[in-house]
Formats: sequence, structure tokens, C-alpha cells
Amino acid sequence: MQAMQKKYNAIMTGNEAVAVGAKLARVGFISAYPITPQTTIVEKLAEMVSNREIQARYVEVESEHSALAATFASELAGVRSYTATSSHGLLYMHEMLHWTAGMRLPVVMSVVNRALGPPWNIWTEQTDTMNQKETGWMQVYCESNQEALDTILMGYRIAESNDVMLPIMSMEDAFVLSHTSEPVNIPEQDEVDAFLPSLDLKYRIDNNRPMGYGSYSTPDGPFMELKVDMMESMKNSRQTINRVTSEFRDAFGRDYSGMIEKYAMDDADYALIASGTLASTGKYVVKKMRESGKKVGLIRLRFFRPFPDREIVDATRGLKGVGVLDRSVSFSASGSVVSEVKSALYGNSSIPVTGFVAGLGGRDVRVEDFYKMFDYIEKGKTGKYYIGWKEAQ
Amino acid sequence: MPFSIPEQELMEPGHTACHGCGATLSMRYVLKALGKDTVISVPAACWAVIPGAMPNRTLDVPMVYTPFAATGAVISGLREAFDIQGKEDFNVVGFAGDGGTADIGLQSLSGAMERGHNVFYFMYDNEGYMNTGVQRSGSTPYGAITTTTPIGKDRNFKKQNKKVVADLMMAQGVPYVATATIAYPEDLIRKVNNAKKINGPKFIQILSPCPVGWYFPPEKSIEVSRLAVQSGIFPLYEFQNGVLKVTKQPRPVSVREYLSMQNRFRSLDEDDIKKIEKYAEERMEYLIGKEKETQSS
Repeated sequence: MQAMQKKYNAIMTGNEAVAVGAKLARVGFISAYPITPQTTIVEKLAEMVSNREIQARYVEVESEHSALAATFASELAGVRSYTATSSHGLLYMHEMLHWTAGMRLPVVMSVVNRALGPPWNIWTEQTDTMNQKETGWMQVYCESNQEALDTILMGYRIAESNDVMLPIMSMEDAFVLSHTSEPVNIPEQDEVDAFLPSLDLKYRIDNNRPMGYGSYSTPDGPFMELKVDMMESMKNSRQTINRVTSEFRDAFGRDYSGMIEKYAMDDADYALIASGTLASTGKYVVKKMRESGKKVGLIRLRFFRPFPDREIVDATRGLKGVGVLDRSVSFSASGSVVSEVKSALYGNSSIPVTGFVAGLGGRDVRVEDFYKMFDYIEKGKTGKYYIGWKEAQ
Repeated sequence: MPFSIPEQELMEPGHTACHGCGATLSMRYVLKALGKDTVISVPAACWAVIPGAMPNRTLDVPMVYTPFAATGAVISGLREAFDIQGKEDFNVVGFAGDGGTADIGLQSLSGAMERGHNVFYFMYDNEGYMNTGVQRSGSTPYGAITTTTPIGKDRNFKKQNKKVVADLMMAQGVPYVATATIAYPEDLIRKVNNAKKINGPKFIQILSPCPVGWYFPPEKSIEVSRLAVQSGIFPLYEFQNGVLKVTKQPRPVSVREYLSMQNRFRSLDEDDIKKIEKYAEERMEYLIGKEKETQSS
């Protein structure tokens, strides 16, 4: 039975919300290195540890590489572990991202999406996480502070499932979520405990059973089988994601609908695919266009890894055109997200796909930009369009 | 009191190290001293290969393999996790080569030592990137030919002095710092035993001769190790609670004798050898000065 939608009981920034999420998840170990705009997450957690509001050890290390290395090690010893970073910090972790996923450790990490330099820029953009798409981490892009909190709780459940055992990164848009206050419902600890049991890592370090963790494999050794198993686990994790999302809805009354969220899609002719807080502006524009009789809708990508390919094929069936909004720099033929959408549609659909690149370095993507994008989609324009850039005069 | 080396063996036969490998003996002695309640973290290194390919293993303790730069941070995380689980008496050990310590791993090592986790860090120092084929590291001594300081047409060699990480750790104020080598197993094991008494970070640099990379016959490993100490090239010391003690006084074996045993020093002329002799003398003077200074204060 579905619980009632809980009333808001707090007003907090996205960063405070994810810190509260980590606390409610009863993480035992936190390691991090400060980077704007992640800092208020780890400051909040350090404060909670200091005030003994949370039974966890907090270790501020000397780099992001070390932050994830320490988090990885603690998780391998069987302690639920957490870290948070952003932008260049995430790039500095890149090697440890592969190592953590390759060891099948269900770490949850918060990432505040921030642009990459040069030039230096602290505002929101998704290039940092798009660059990590082949690391074996699941990726969730949140739209609200509530979703950012809830994704930490769902994240550990999904990651720690025996049939998944892959780490997960949960994203917030820099400043738009991380530093902006919104009303939030903070669940009760006993409700969370009932939803999220404590970690029981099957292959944790045990001296009565000495093993090598991550020793080497020859080409004929298990290397390829282990990698294929990771790819298959990632692909099949959508079942666990859907199950956990429904269980979360039943327990807490908030429905995140799994891999994607469909907005006004039932009888839509044209749709835009977007993620993060750009999806919120997109929904507003869809609402306005619906009021003037335009049959448009929006698909919000929650998960980018695993990629919701079947869900997108289903959601776009019967459309006359679809556009995809990329808030990242890509040197592929189209763009990070649009490439994957096209790959999913290939052989399943022949609708025209329009690629948009917008909002780089935190540039505002305005309401009129969305009207422009829907106009391009309706015109059946294919190719890649930069929205909101100042063309040289 | 007679001193005996523990009989317990935590290293199984069948490892894949080269003949005469100093690093393998280093691990064997360290494990004898530490015992079974130990977890070892190794980065990319000879010791990532010595235990054998998956699913084989050589050690009877858990081994966590990690990326090159991560050792200091990994042992930090392991230590905290075991403490959370009430396993405070568990030995958490980083075991890294000189490249993984002096070069790519120096930052995370220094961070771990500064934070004061109750961990052991052993640097098995074979003075170069031996696993990848004898390239120079920051810990390669002046005068050595390596594959990235090749002899060439101008009788080339490494022109910079060795970065002695134990000295850096001492300067950083790490509670326990020592140097050791495989020719003196009693000294090595005593040092590990002393380190065990300290609840905090411990750093021990073990000179581990490498026949393949130093170009000497494998049966000479112990001799080369002994001469490194006796010639004053690699002084053995112990730094504990702010007090330094030189633990083996060099006997009069010439630097020249040590160098001439190893083909990696074949480029050197008389002036170069004098430079190395002077370096060894100055370093010993520095250590003895520091010994007096710290013991009197």
C-alpha cells in the first residue's frame, strides 16, 4: 500500500539534504576533500560527527584520489562508506572510480555537477560526470533537494543488492540545488532503518579467510568474465532500480518512477529529453505550451547509467519528433546524451532527433530557449544546435 | 638475551619473484614479526605480481591491491573501518616499492602519516621501478644506470642523489621511523616489534637489493645488502619519540667495494666515486649529529 505524501518538515539546501541522507543511511565512514560547491555537504557531515549526531568516522584527506581510496578501503572492510565531490575533484578520482566499481563495492557518492576548466568556472554543467560514464558507476541526476536526499537512501539499497553490487553517484546541479533552499521532508530514522538494513558485505576482508582483492589476471584468467559480469549487472540493474523505487514510494509516499520520469507524455506529438534542474524549466514550458494547445511533453532522465534505452524507446513511441538537451561538452558526432538516445532508437524508431547543447559553464537556459528548442523539434531539424551562445558579431 | 626469529611462516612457497629477490625476503620477515592478524595493501609494484595471478595467492593474510598512488589513503580507510568494527589490534600495513612511495605515492603517504592513523608503512626500496623494467625513481641513487638513465655514448647515469623517504618522514615528525635491510633480519624484526608498541603511524624503509635491476648475481643479494650498510651508503637507524639512534655502525668497507659489486655503477669514473664517498660521509655525519642533538635534548 502506498504511503501518503509526507508533509514538508524542513527547509534546506541540496547539500544539507544529501548530508541528512547520508546520516539517515547510517554511513559509518566518510572521507572527503573540499571543493566548491561540494563543501557544504562535508562541512555539515563533519559538524554532525562533531556533535555526535551520527556514529561515523570522518577523515578529511589530502586529495580526492585519496578520498575515494580511503572510502573504497573502508567499504571493502565491510563498513558502509560515503564521499562527495565535484568537477575537477571527480576527475582526480577517475582511477579510483574504476577500482571501486571493479571491486564491486556498493559505495554511494554525491557529485555536485560543476563545469571543468579552463577557464575556471564553478557553475553547473554535466561534463564532469559525463566523463565518468564508462567507470562502472550508476548515475542519477536529481531535480530537487528532496530527490537528492531520497536518492542517497535508495542508492544504498540499489547498490548493495546482491544482483547489482555496483557503486552509484547521485548528482545535484551546482548552486541551483546545492546552495538553494527548498522545502524537504526528512523521514524518521526508524522508517529509514526499516527500508535500508545495515550492510552485510559478503566478501569483506576476513583474516580467517585470507584472499587477494584485485590481484592480477592474465588474458586467459577471469578478467574478461569479470568485466562482462559488470556490464551485465549494470544492464540488469534496472529491475532492482524499479523494485527499490516502488518500495520507496510505498514506504515514503514519493514516487520517482524508476529510470525516467514522463511529464505530459500521454498524447504528446513532440518531446524534449532533459535531466537535472533544466527538466524543471522544461516542464514549466511544456505546461505553458499545453495551455495554448501544443501537444508537447518532457522526458526527464533520472538514470544515465544504466542507460534507460528501452524506457526511451517506449516513451517516444508515436512521437513525431524528439529533442535531447545536453548540458555537457562532447566531441562525439552529436553529444553525450543524444548519442545514447540515438543508439537506443536505432532500429526501433525512425523519428527525427534534434540535439541541443545548452547551459555550459552555468549559463542560464531561459524559458524562451525552451520555446526555441521545441520549435526546432517541431520543424524536424536534425543535427546539433548550440542554444544560448553568443555568436561572434 | 638470545634473539630468535619467529618460526611462523605466513608466506607460502610458489611465489613468482625473481631469484635473489630482496623484496620477497623483506615481506617474509615483516610478516614473521607481525603475525596472522594483519592485512596488507600493495599498490602497483613487484609485490603486486609476486603472489601470482588470480586466483592464486602466496600470503596467508588478506591482500588488498590498489592503484599506484593510493597506499597511504587505503591503509587510512582500512584502519578506520577495523577500529569501527572493534578490531583495534589488527595490523594494517602498506607495503609499497620505492616508486610507489618516494614518487607517485608520496602525497598519500604524507597525508596518512600526518593524520596519525595507527598503521604500518613499509617501503621496500629496490631503488627503481623494477617491476616495469628498471626505470629510475626518486629513490635511485646517484651513479646508477637504469633503462631511463641509459649509459648511451657519454657514459650516462642518474645524476641526482637518492631521495631518502625515511629522512622525510623523520622531518615530518612521524612517531616511528626506521631503516632496515635484509642482511640484518634480527635488526629488522626488532624494529617491527618496537614499531608495534606505538599507537600511531610507523614508517620503515627496507633496502631490498634487486639482482635484475642492480645487475649483480642473485646469490649476492645478502652480501650487497650487508655492504650497503657497512660502506655507509645505507645507514640503519631508528627514530622513536623524537630520538634518533644509528643502529648499525658502519665498519670500514669502502664505498668503492659496494659500488663495484653492481654493474649499474659501471659508468662511474674516479671523480664520480669520490662524490659518492663524500655523499655517504656527509649523510653519516648528519645522522650522527642528529643522534647527538636528539638524544641530549
